[in-house]
Amino acid sequence: MEEKIIKQISLFAENKPGRLAHIAENFRKAGINIRAFTIAEAGDFGIIRMVVDKPDAAHEVLHDAGFTVSETSVMGVEMEDVPGGLGKIADVLGEQNINIDYAYAFVTKTEKALLILRVNDIEGAIKVLHSAGVKLIDMADIQEI
Amino acid sequence: MIEYWNPLVERMPVDELDKMQERKLKSLVDYVYQHSEFYKKKFDAAGVKPGDIQSMDDLKKLPFTYKSDLRDTYPTGMFCVPNEQLVRFHVSSGTTGKPTVVGYTRNDINEWATSLARALTSIGVGRGDVIQISYGYGLFTGGLGLHYGAEEVGCTVLPTSSGNTEKQLDLMQDLKSSVMACTPSYFLFMNEVANKAGISIENDTQLRVGIFGAEPWSEEMRSRIEEATGIKAYDVYGTSELSGPLCTECQYQDGIHIWADQFLIEVIDPETGEQLTEGERGELVITTLAKEALPLIRYRIGDITVINKQPCKCGRTHPRIMRVLGRADDMLIVRGINVFPGQVESVLMTIPEVGEHFMIVVDRVNELDIMKIQIEMTDEAFSDKVNDIISLEKKVAAALKNVLNLAVKVELVEKGTIPRSMGKAKKVMDNRKL
Repeated sequence: MEEKIIKQISLFAENKPGRLAHIAENFRKAGINIRAFTIAEAGDFGIIRMVVDKPDAAHEVLHDAGFTVSETSVMGVEMEDVPGGLGKIADVLGEQNINIDYAYAFVTKTEKALLILRVNDIEGAIKVLHSAGVKLIDMADIQEI
Repeated sequence: MIEYWNPLVERMPVDELDKMQERKLKSLVDYVYQHSEFYKKKFDAAGVKPGDIQSMDDLKKLPFTYKSDLRDTYPTGMFCVPNEQLVRFHVSSGTTGKPTVVGYTRNDINEWATSLARALTSIGVGRGDVIQISYGYGLFTGGLGLHYGAEEVGCTVLPTSSGNTEKQLDLMQDLKSSVMACTPSYFLFMNEVANKAGISIENDTQLRVGIFGAEPWSEEMRSRIEEATGIKAYDVYGTSELSGPLCTECQYQDGIHIWADQFLIEVIDPETGEQLTEGERGELVITTLAKEALPLIRYRIGDITVINKQPCKCGRTHPRIMRVLGRADDMLIVRGINVFPGQVESVLMTIPEVGEHFMIVVDRVNELDIMKIQIEMTDEAFSDKVNDIISLEKKVAAALKNVLNLAVKVELVEKGTIPRSMGKAKKVMDNRKL
């Protein structure tokens, strides 16, 4: 079950020009590839969330560059890229009273949709999704995307 | 360990101290009247003759001296001795106007060193200690002032001056510094640099005492520093006009002992100039009782504090000034409410999620003052949920509002963006065009 937990990199950034470029430049130098990415913006600041191929290295690079950065445990859910795919997952979690803190999705090369989820009970979520036959991806899958 | 540098003076009964002060005040007034054209004119204009000063009650007949007097008589118009009797000049930075010049006779330098020797002894610093002095040397009084005091008590002095922080940390480890003297903000910066380099001040150095001053800092900041670095942090007081750093707290960390044989202190209402009684908060006024080159009579130093004459557990009988909240001229008036940067610091430092550095930004938008506090959060406090961050901003704003009675906008900024300082930290940006 443990291996189904994905380490997401989260960082705090002020909402001003050049911040994203600075992050990207650090990743380019360190050879880190971003697999999924989102910015939650809230006025003066934003929280950038990323799934990358080498999370530990990414954490170190950003920390050394002076950012406030953390690793957060999230899940990667593989969905059929068809209508109703998301609804099934939301239903399963809702029935078990598991709350979704946030989510973002993207489509992979293999015509699947990948949903990144942060929930209030990750162990519980993995268990119920697994029993419902939902495929969860792991860090190895992330590296292959 | 030696407990007192000069037990006879430091433990002198209060009534004897009072008599000594009275005697010294009378001769001081005679001295300045005879030796300084400036004071003669000033006293004459106020209608006071030296003979009018017979007891301590007559002190209030003497006119105040202001920083502007030092500026107006630049460079040495207030001095009581000819230049050939001076052994040193110090000059203020002049950041808030024309610089002020202070001169010292040999005896003035000795008195200065004595004052600090007593202070250092009172915090257990002396022979066997390596004191790293990271206050600026040169025209600024911090470096050389502590230097002479530390040599007097037999410390080994490491005169690093400020700046070049990596080297400071190397030397601190290699030469086993046990005492650090610098501004509290520089020490915090030093600790940040140390942590980044994987050095723990607590575990990897011999540092046990910090002597911090030259800028106001709070009790809460003291707790932060002591917890983060495992040292005991002491407040030091002085200003360039008086000499430089002069006095510190004793080991009990409960106010700074001001040596009554050298200085006569009063606290006044900054508006009316009336003397306040012990325990009332007001502006500190100092008369130097032992200086030869540039004695100051009822000098309006501008710091806001409280005098405490209650017996101290250390046995010293000299009065104490309680933690300086700020300078009368550092006080911000925002929407008619008085705000000291020190109050803001006190509040912020009680909130564990908030880092050590902050900036107060005041703007005027449509005739309304807007006060914004920029803070950095600690790494541990970071949550990647937007709501958690907004709650933190709200929590800090509510805590500030509670103390300042003023609505404040709190803005989280990225780590490292608030300027770090090697000397006095600038904590206010007042953008109002008044």
